[in-house]
Order: sequence, then structure tokens, then C-alpha cells
Amino acid sequence: MPVSAALSLVPRLRIVPRDQAAETEALLGIAAWAGQFTPGVALEFPSAVLLDLSGSLRLLGGIAAMKQKLLRDTAEIGYRAVIAGAPTPRAAYWLAAAGEEKFIAELPGLEPALALLSVEIPGWERETLDALRSIGVRTLGQLRSLPREGVARRFGQALLRDMDRALGRLPDPRNFFVSPARFRSDIELPAEIAQAEMLLFAAGRLIAQLAGFLAARSGGVQCLVLKLGHRDRTATEIAIGLIAPSRDAKHFTLLLRERLSNLALVEPVRSIALEAEDVVPLSGRNLGLALEQGKPPGEWEHLVERLRSRLGADAVYGLASRAEHRPERAVAVAEPGSQPSRLDFGERPFWLLDRPKPLTEIGPVPHYEGPLDLLAGPERIESGWWDGDDVARDYFVARTPGESLVWIYRDWRGEGGWYLHGVFA
Amino acid sequence: MAGMPFSFAVLLDRPDIWRGDSLNRAGTTTVSCGFPELDAELPGGGWPAGALTEILPAHEGIGELRLLGPALASLSRSGLPLVWVAPPHLPYAPALAAAGIDLARLLIVRTTSARETLWAAEQALRSNACGAVLAWPQETKYAELRRLQIGAEGGRAPAFLFRSAKTAGESSPAALRIGLTAANGGLAVRVLKRRGVPLARPILLPAMPPAVRRKNHHVDRHPAAAAAARNFPARLVHA
Repeated sequence: MPVSAALSLVPRLRIVPRDQAAETEALLGIAAWAGQFTPGVALEFPSAVLLDLSGSLRLLGGIAAMKQKLLRDTAEIGYRAVIAGAPTPRAAYWLAAAGEEKFIAELPGLEPALALLSVEIPGWERETLDALRSIGVRTLGQLRSLPREGVARRFGQALLRDMDRALGRLPDPRNFFVSPARFRSDIELPAEIAQAEMLLFAAGRLIAQLAGFLAARSGGVQCLVLKLGHRDRTATEIAIGLIAPSRDAKHFTLLLRERLSNLALVEPVRSIALEAEDVVPLSGRNLGLALEQGKPPGEWEHLVERLRSRLGADAVYGLASRAEHRPERAVAVAEPGSQPSRLDFGERPFWLLDRPKPLTEIGPVPHYEGPLDLLAGPERIESGWWDGDDVARDYFVARTPGESLVWIYRDWRGEGGWYLHGVFA
Repeated sequence: MAGMPFSFAVLLDRPDIWRGDSLNRAGTTTVSCGFPELDAELPGGGWPAGALTEILPAHEGIGELRLLGPALASLSRSGLPLVWVAPPHLPYAPALAAAGIDLARLLIVRTTSARETLWAAEQALRSNACGAVLAWPQETKYAELRRLQIGAEGGRAPAFLFRSAKTAGESSPAALRIGLTAANGGLAVRVLKRRGVPLARPILLPAMPPAVRRKNHHVDRHPAAAAAARNFPARLVHA
């Protein structure tokens, strides 16, 4: 039907040009994602993916459960699939291409199922199909009933070979699909999106695909990049880094949600793409045998990543102690989980002030909210002549009138005087 | 029902009767405080896991962290990580290490608003990946605390919130509320709220840092050079 006729029937029709390259890429993406169910994935262009599930049938819980799972999971990555199964790949492809969602378990059941399919399904050439129609053969069953030598003489061996392969009489080897080393998938959004939170739904499909891809390779990623395509500007990139490699779709979604909630879009987004470059091997986690009461223990690294994704990478840190006499240098901000050095000091306060606070001295007594009562000391710390930060201090433990214990020192360098350096909480 | 001997004790043993003079001891996992006098007064015998504990010191630095020290050290020894959200100052690593807290399993979170503090604490509790969560929220409302309490439920981590002693009069959904004041160089712990019978008298805990009691200490811990006992000259202090 010409376009003008279609538009006259439905005035609000949206015409989108067919993008063969995008369709092929989508098919490759589905094949990579399907690798999580079985290593035997083959492609049948232009729009079919064959999965050899004979080894995984037990694991997936039988044919009915497998079909439900496949339907659900393909819907999760945003595709509607017609799923059929048969003992041979060619027969399965023909059944699915005909729209018959049948699952044939054994070879004997194959012939009656294929008999009803139209001869147009196997994809033979136009002249062959015209010739078959002229002799009144409409279905594959009718073709089977013709004598073999006659068919071979009239149409060549191709038809007989295809039928035999479908019925399992001849072997039908396939080249298995090898998933690529990197993951890249994109979606053209049906309408421009101006709010960052609404991107999460579309990104969810890409994340599900990434999770399947990683499961197929038994790998994890430590860095994801989400690219938002705009009309005029260059794409905005959102990079999410993880401490430890992971392939948990829920965790990725959580991290992305935190990032998107802080993001203000400069221009509306037309397309999103998800890329993951380095795939590292990551084995699965063994679950315990006993059922634990309450919530299962969470992942420490996931918590750190989640906190960092909203508060910023430098707002979440660990501590390390260094071999230093000067108290302000004995502690350093570090990545959580760094190995500390075990050192023995005297009594040290729990809190250290960012910078020592000068105290007023009335008489010989330092004052902080009132006169301080010196309880222990002096501890002389003299250090640092080698890097120019020379200190000479006498440290005391003092008690304030409010009954809190503080750590003060008297400075023997510079102008001298008393300073408050820490609080024993 | 006729013919069955009636026993008052059996009636009182029913789970749906609450007796006013008993503490709820069943069903709560706890982390021991390390102070037997305090453990005896807390339901379950320690800090409640999976619930909020509010600590209200009269003054910053009278010993609120030293009170938690033994519990945090024991959690750290069992390999569980600790999360400190929005501490008022930088925690001093050598002091923490000396108290027995493993620095490799310590996380400090710095926030810029009370909302972020509560969010971070809630995330840490919900993840169930920590041994304990300590937070210093600035102002909080009842609803936000209730949310934290719900986030903590079902987990194994006690949550400690440090608030100003002025909020002692406000109502709070925390399972345990502790007020701290200093008394005679020690710590007076008042249990303001607990699951069960309220406690009238404060519990007195001894002064904690041994250096304060010893009146002197030597940096060099070499055993050959024993520190001689010195009386700190009084005239320097009270001139």
C-alpha cells in the first residue's frame, strides 16, 4: 500500500524509516544477552535467535517454566518474542516464523506439527514457490507426500535437504554466536525526555541486557558509562564506577537512580546508550545452605558505592594511621579498607580538631569554657625538623568545667600559648 | 472448662499478658555494652540490635564514645564494619586503633545537611552490611527517626544516634534512650527510655581513660624504664 493511501486511512500515522543496521545490532544484542541461558546460541537472520536448551532444561525447570521465563525476560529487555521449540533448530525456526508457539518434545511429533506449515515459511526462492503453487502444494505436509525422486528432479535437492534437516534425518550444524568482548547497546527514545528520573525506565532495559550479557560471560564490570544523546549538543556521559566488579542489575539500577536524581539535564534527551568496556571474570556467589532469619547480609562494597554515588566520592572515606609523632599527621584519609599500621601511643583522644584552637590564658591557667583542670601530662612531642614543620609541644589531658575531657598542648615554638587539639569523647 | 483446676501462675505465664515489673528479655538480639552494671539494666543484656539507641550527653566529650568503646571493639573483632555518619570532628585513628577498632573496617561519611545524614544512616542500616551505625544528626523530627527505626528493623546492627541533651523531653521512637552526665570523675548513665519498666536511679560507671586516674603517663612504654610516680605539682594548676 503506498504511503499516501495509508495516511489517508489513518491520518495520525507515524512513519519511521526501517533501519536494517539497527535491527541487526539489536539481534546481536539479544544473542549476547541470551548467552546467560545456554552457551549454544546461533543466529538466524533477519530476526531469529536459536538457543540450544537441551542441556539447560532441567536447570530451568522444564519446558513450561522455561517458556514463561524466556517470555518474561525478553519483555524485560523490551522485546516481544514468539518462542517455539523443537528437537531440531530448523524446525524450531520454522515454527516460530509461522507464529506457532508450540513446543515439540520428541522427534516423532515433529512431522505432524510441520505438516500444517505453509511452504512460504522455509524461505525458498520465488520460482520454487510459484512452481509449488502451480501444482497445488500449499503446505509442507503436502510436499512430504510427493515422491522424492520427482521433487528432486523438478526442484533440485535443496527442498529435500531442508525438509530432512528439519525432521532430523540430516545433521544441521550451526556456527555458534560468540559474544563480543565489550558491551554496547542503545535505545532511541520514542519521545524526548526532559526529566532525568524518567530516563531510569528506559535505562532499566539496557541494564537488564547488560546483566544477561555479563551472566553469559561469567564476568562483571567495574565501570559503566551511560551516554545521553541530545539533538544539538554532544552526548552527556554519566560514568558510574564501582569498587568491586559486579553484575547485579538491581545494584546498577540503584546507583543509576541516585546519580540521575542529582542530574539536571541541559537539553532534552533523545537516545540513551550504555557501554561497558572492561569485563573482568567474576564467579557467582555461593548461597548458604541454612536459611537465615531476617535480612541476608548485604554487600559492604555496594553500600560504599551507593553512598558515594549520592554524596560524592570524597565524602565517604576510611582512615589509616601513619607512623608519625605529630598527632595531626598520624591520621590520614584513605580508601575504606586500607591496612593500618599498628602503633602504640599514649592516651589519645577520640576526636581530633581540624586545626588546633588557641585558648586564652588567664594567669598560668588555660581557659576553655572556664578554667581547665590539668589532669595528666606533660607529654612532650618534638618532631618534624626534617620537613620544615617542626613542632615542640607539651600535651596535657585537661578537664573542663562542663566535665568533658580535652587534650590540650602548650606550644614551645612560634608564639607559644595553649591550644586545644582534641576531645576525649 | 468445668473440672479443670485453675492455676494463677499458668494464667500469668501467657504471652499476651504483660507484667509491669518485668523487662522484655525475649526476642531481642543485643550487643553487650561491656559494663555489667549497664548490661543488667538493658533489655536483652546489651545494646539492642536492629533498633535505634539515642545517646544524649549533657556536654560533648564527657564520655559518650568511651561508653560505646567495648561494644564497638567487640563488633570490630568479629570482622563487622562500622559506619560513622557526620561525626562532629575527625575521628583520631590511633585512638580508635588503641580502643580495639579495626581501621580497615571503618567508614566515615561526611554530609552537608541533616537530610543527607539521615539518608546515609538509613542506607547503611538497610543494607545490613554493617556491625553498627553511629550518626550525629543535627535536627531530626519524629517521622524521620521513625523511618530510621524501620530501616534498622530486621538487621543485626545497633544504630546509635547522638543528640543534644535538650531533646530529652521530646518524644522519640528509639528503643533505648540514654542520658549521660559526669559525676565525680565518672559517668552517670540515666536510662530515659527502654522497652520495659523505666529505670529511676542512674547507673554510675567509673572514669574510663586510665591515664586520668594515673595522673601521669610516659610516652616510652619500654618496660625497662618504669615511670616513677610523680605528684603533679599543685601550684601550677591553682596559682
